[in-house]
Amino acid sequence: MTSLFEYAPALESRSIVDLRPSYGLFVDGEFTEGTGTPLKTLNPATEEVLSEVATASDADVDRAVRAARRAFVKTWGPMRPADRGKYLFRIARLLQERAREFAVLETLDNGKPIRESRDVDVPLAAAHFFYHAGWADKLEHAGLGSAPRPLGVAGQVIPWNFPLMMLAWKIAPALATGNTVVLKPAETTPLTALLFAEVCQQADLPPGVVNIVTGAGETGRAVISHPDVDKVAFTGSTEVGRSIARTVAGTHKRLTLELGGKAANIVFDDAPVDQAVEGIVRGIFFNQGHVCCAGSRLLVQESVHDEVVAALQRRIGTLRVGDPLDKNTDLGAINSAPQLERIRELVDAGDAEGAHRWQPDGDLPARGYWFKPTVFTGVSSAHRIARDEVFGPVLSVLTFRTPDEAVAKANNSTYGLSAGVWSEKGSRILSITSKLRAGVVWANTFNEFDPTSPFGGYKQSGYGREGGRQGLAAYLQEDNR
Amino acid sequence: MSDRLTVRKTYKLYLGGAFPRSESGRTYEVTDSRGHFLANAAWASRKDARDAVVAARAAFAKWSAATAYNRGQVLYRVAEVMEGRAAQFAEEVAAGEGLSGSKARAEVDAAIDRWVWYAGWTDKLAAVLGSSNPVAGPYFGFSMPEPTGVVAVLAPQRSSLLGLVSVLAPVLAGGNTAVVVSSKGRPLPAITLGEVLATSDVPGGVVNLLTGDAAEIGPWLAEHADVDAIDLAGTSGPLAMELERSAAGTVKRVLRAPAEEPDWGGDPGLSRLRPFLETKSVWHPIGL
Repeated sequence: MTSLFEYAPALESRSIVDLRPSYGLFVDGEFTEGTGTPLKTLNPATEEVLSEVATASDADVDRAVRAARRAFVKTWGPMRPADRGKYLFRIARLLQERAREFAVLETLDNGKPIRESRDVDVPLAAAHFFYHAGWADKLEHAGLGSAPRPLGVAGQVIPWNFPLMMLAWKIAPALATGNTVVLKPAETTPLTALLFAEVCQQADLPPGVVNIVTGAGETGRAVISHPDVDKVAFTGSTEVGRSIARTVAGTHKRLTLELGGKAANIVFDDAPVDQAVEGIVRGIFFNQGHVCCAGSRLLVQESVHDEVVAALQRRIGTLRVGDPLDKNTDLGAINSAPQLERIRELVDAGDAEGAHRWQPDGDLPARGYWFKPTVFTGVSSAHRIARDEVFGPVLSVLTFRTPDEAVAKANNSTYGLSAGVWSEKGSRILSITSKLRAGVVWANTFNEFDPTSPFGGYKQSGYGREGGRQGLAAYLQEDNR
Repeated sequence: MSDRLTVRKTYKLYLGGAFPRSESGRTYEVTDSRGHFLANAAWASRKDARDAVVAARAAFAKWSAATAYNRGQVLYRVAEVMEGRAAQFAEEVAAGEGLSGSKARAEVDAAIDRWVWYAGWTDKLAAVLGSSNPVAGPYFGFSMPEPTGVVAVLAPQRSSLLGLVSVLAPVLAGGNTAVVVSSKGRPLPAITLGEVLATSDVPGGVVNLLTGDAAEIGPWLAEHADVDAIDLAGTSGPLAMELERSAAGTVKRVLRAPAEEPDWGGDPGLSRLRPFLETKSVWHPIGL
């Protein structure tokens, strides 16, 4: 598409990032070699190899768990809670100080637009540490008795869509409540976790409190199945979540899961259309749709369907897909070739099942993994694109006539992570939000996150919460003095 | 003592507000602690369990949407009605658990008081577990507890009334509906409790009581796609592990059984409420 005024590129410099040719594991306060076969991590926007990253074998994971146990028993467990808090405050500040570096590295490794890594991922990661730092010496006010106890060693496995932010959501509450952690980042996005390890060193965090073990699925399995892990926290697909719950069954381990979603974003005929369109775009195209709470099912009241879809297509036509380091970019690269394949497969299913596909004009970069923002209209609740999580920039549009039908369609999903409601009528908003079976409901907004606001799913979107006072329960044993 | 021949009770299931026999036609003999015949209890089947889930799901919308005040009054009503039938419960508990009359009565009293305790919780949960969220932006944000849905409860095996009430009442207080498998060896107080529930304004289907074997019915409930959570209180060992594994297939919330069945006398705190409550966070912009 050509327009009268083309944007000039506004590239963020990558010189702030000092990439090493290879990275080891972070165990017991030091970077060490892994004994598994190393992995290569790519820039998905160019397919350039960024670095080689160690794979933790079972023995390496065992070493990390032992280090975490020692730290739990000897340093972090007995430490004055206020001091634990101060370490977390330090980490929050260090993340803020090195925010630009983290943002660029995240964009290189993940493919997300720099605008998002700079304005969302990294600030929220720092905010999570700052928020939880303050909890460390106030846990008797968490509603878990007068003397709640940490669980011990937490084994944490996180996904590739928000690598640093997910790390913060996992590590900050675990540490604030007195646990130590062994964290496995996703195999395609390990680099910001390893940079975070440097932050732990700069903060003088005692060795073993945070251990980062990189690798693929096997390493994750070793973490969650290690007998000396007391707590397992996982964010990722529902399929893997089920298998983790099976592994953990019958053990003493506590488990929280944050899994997939297929959020309904409901637009009523009295909604402010322009605002709703912005919210729909943010709901599904934020982070290329690699968002478990993405508003991937648009439910539009039949009487405004044509108007909303036309406005939406106009708006999508202005989105800029391309170099993630360009500050003008709205949609970056798909994180990996397998993910791109999965998106294509589901979009093909949408075509085959008879939905009508629309994509804007324009070319995609020749190298790297890309997918155009896509809207399917004429979608029925039975279509795969209305039931399966695509985890990409693909929106399915369905219609409804009455509020009851909207609620029934919205809740017709095995998932229940998030939902959206657009209406100018307050009583309607409150009625619909109370009927939606979802853990987060955004009314006249979408995809907002904050460490004070508990996040997590209903139904097969998982259990447990992250953030807020409620999130602390995942890492504490209720007890009274 | 009168020479009148007593009218004995037929113990059936409590399902969808009615008292049907097991669709399987099966019964099993229930004896007292010394082995003397007490009754033939209905031996609930897989199909009974599935019918119970259908009834519990149908009842969920109304029960979960009832006001907290209303739910509290209904649970308090259960205590009121139980009080009037305390002697009957004490007799059943004494026979089944081999307790003295006074000890059995103490169990019944504690069970009644437990309903009262949970009745008082219904309209405090939102304040205690919910929150106003001071997010860093122009948004009004709050979080509130909501019921998980249909909860399968495998009731304690030893404590046939106090244990049963201790696991059932918190499920209801939070707004969930329940499918309960009673103690296998001591099922009779569960059905008498069903009679109390049926006359206490608890809507039909909110509680469904199946007498029978948790080892037989439990696996169907653990894997049932329309059951949202399972309380394993009455199970242990390999069965508990098998059920937890099976529950993973539908990402059910699982409340594990304690290592040994407790005496159910202690203050339960929120430990049995929290596992069957979800947290919903709501955001709305603030602006003119």
